[in-house]
Amino acid sequence: MATPDSRRSASIADRLPGPLRGDGGGAVLYAVLAGLAIGVPILALTPDASALHLSPYALTLIGKYLCYAMLALAVDLIWGYCGILSLGHAAFFSLGGYAMGMYLMRQIGTRGVYGDPVLPDFMVFLNWKTLPWFWTGFDHAWVAFPMVLIVPGLLALAFGWLAFRSRVTGVYFSIITQALSYALLLAFFRNDMGFGGNNGFTDFKDLLGFPLTAPSTRVALVVITALALAASYALCRGLVRSRAGRVIRAIRDAESRTRFLGYPVEHYKLWLFVMSAIIAGVAGALYVPQVGIINPGEFAPINSIEIVIWVAVGGRGTLYGAVAGAFLVNYAKTYFTAALPEVWLYALGALFIVVTLLLPNGIVGLRPSAWRVTPKRTGAGPEAEAA
Amino acid sequence: MSGKTVADTLYLERLTVSFDGFKALNALTLYVEPGELRCIIGPNGAGKTTMMDVITGKTRPDEGRCRFGNTLDLLTMSEPQIARAGIGRKFQKPTVFEHLTVAENLELALAGPRNFWRVLRARLTPAGRDRMDSVLQTTGLGDRRDTLAGVLGHGQKQWLEIGMLLMQDPKLLLVDEPVAGMTPQETERTAELLVSLSGTHSVVVVEHDMEFVRSIARRVTVLHEGSVLAEGSMDQVQNNQDVIDVYLGA
Repeated sequence: MATPDSRRSASIADRLPGPLRGDGGGAVLYAVLAGLAIGVPILALTPDASALHLSPYALTLIGKYLCYAMLALAVDLIWGYCGILSLGHAAFFSLGGYAMGMYLMRQIGTRGVYGDPVLPDFMVFLNWKTLPWFWTGFDHAWVAFPMVLIVPGLLALAFGWLAFRSRVTGVYFSIITQALSYALLLAFFRNDMGFGGNNGFTDFKDLLGFPLTAPSTRVALVVITALALAASYALCRGLVRSRAGRVIRAIRDAESRTRFLGYPVEHYKLWLFVMSAIIAGVAGALYVPQVGIINPGEFAPINSIEIVIWVAVGGRGTLYGAVAGAFLVNYAKTYFTAALPEVWLYALGALFIVVTLLLPNGIVGLRPSAWRVTPKRTGAGPEAEAA
Repeated sequence: MSGKTVADTLYLERLTVSFDGFKALNALTLYVEPGELRCIIGPNGAGKTTMMDVITGKTRPDEGRCRFGNTLDLLTMSEPQIARAGIGRKFQKPTVFEHLTVAENLELALAGPRNFWRVLRARLTPAGRDRMDSVLQTTGLGDRRDTLAGVLGHGQKQWLEIGMLLMQDPKLLLVDEPVAGMTPQETERTAELLVSLSGTHSVVVVEHDMEFVRSIARRVTVLHEGSVLAEGSMDQVQNNQDVIDVYLGA
């Protein structure tokens, strides 16, 4: 570029090396995740008596937050960059979680209450004699783990193809994603679906042969989740920085104009939606072994709405803001639901209102100007659609 | 811009579009020859924008035919397919991507891959960069290349849209009110640009500014109530009694 960029002051972010250039927030995120990946094993495996010891409770909490952060990243990718507000991402998260749960159920083997070598306890309880066909192969990690990606991905592909092809956008899209999640909630509640009904799956024993109660397994899961979050961030960041990422932002700003430039808008939305669903599915699969349970409650519409709040609070359209929002809101939730349980929902509602009114760019909008990546935005909000 | 494109003829035959009983187009028949610069004028509601919507695939007519060249039936194609077939459009209200920079707006318009997986890996080629530099110069936006399009003034947005059209390098340019909000000097530059594009490109301009139309037009088509009222040179059209009655004289 011959002309110096007059609108961007030289900043720390612009002096970062290689792929991190211009991404100060991402650099901070990678540093925090690297710190977790190194610090958590050290602190968790120090003796219990030590003041620095990380309790199993705190360990699980960190793991949960990391999964939520991945989920927030998935929502920010489509909402922040393409203006597609999905209120059904809890469904993709839960499906990833159920795929992992099926694998973990098969690993229990004869250690279940009824001791059946093949059938999980709830099937024995229902007097089932054989394993349903869709459980075939879930005792093998090489079948179950790909399903974590394939099931949410395929659902997003089919659902997105129908919705985007019919040009369902805006609030209508949000409503049908909510309906999708609710329909799955009702379906998974049914005992005869073969997914454990309202109890879901629990009482897991081990994962790839490692006992889930062992501190070392739990630490490893947290570290893997931190790495998965870093990898998801890198993937999303690479996508939004590519020319395809610019097309996606163009679709958000002026969809029909993008069409008149010759871009098949529906395909862009579809692939982005599928990618987002897969990230959500992986987050769900990492979540289940750490919390030790998956049940249809995870499909609840409120869960999908909460993800949107995390992203809005953190700052949409930045990716790292979504991660920050997920950590912050969930920490507040943990704190409030223990200290002042009756206040939590009001606090969440108030937080959403305050952020919407006063902080349209979320908490990361407050960061020092030296970190800023893009020139200051003016004019209409990102959701403004010029016809 | 480039001299390689030899445009195809645009055929519009007996196009009829009705919205709730109101006929926006009423058996409109119009041909645009390769390389022609055609101005379309007419009072509000004459069907000018609807005609462009039909050509670009945004609106489907109830009846009629709309073809580009001898092989392309535009009525069976989607908007992106029509755009890729070489028909570019500049909107009446300048529509640029406000949260992208001027250079990024031009990059997206550049003729090239449109498929998601290919665009994902696409980089600006040296040829594409040269083209962008020349378009930035033509449109006078050279010192604005890294400015967000949303902060440009109205006239500059108009130029950016024209620049995007040039990057697309279409065979047929549909230009809706290009000089609204431009200064007299800018209007003059736009006129020169459109005249220079014709010959290698077909250009259809819809404009209300009669001075501007007079300065560029070879052939003028007057639309009224969804069909062609008169067609000919500016002088012929201005002296046509029907035209005087419904439009110019009013």
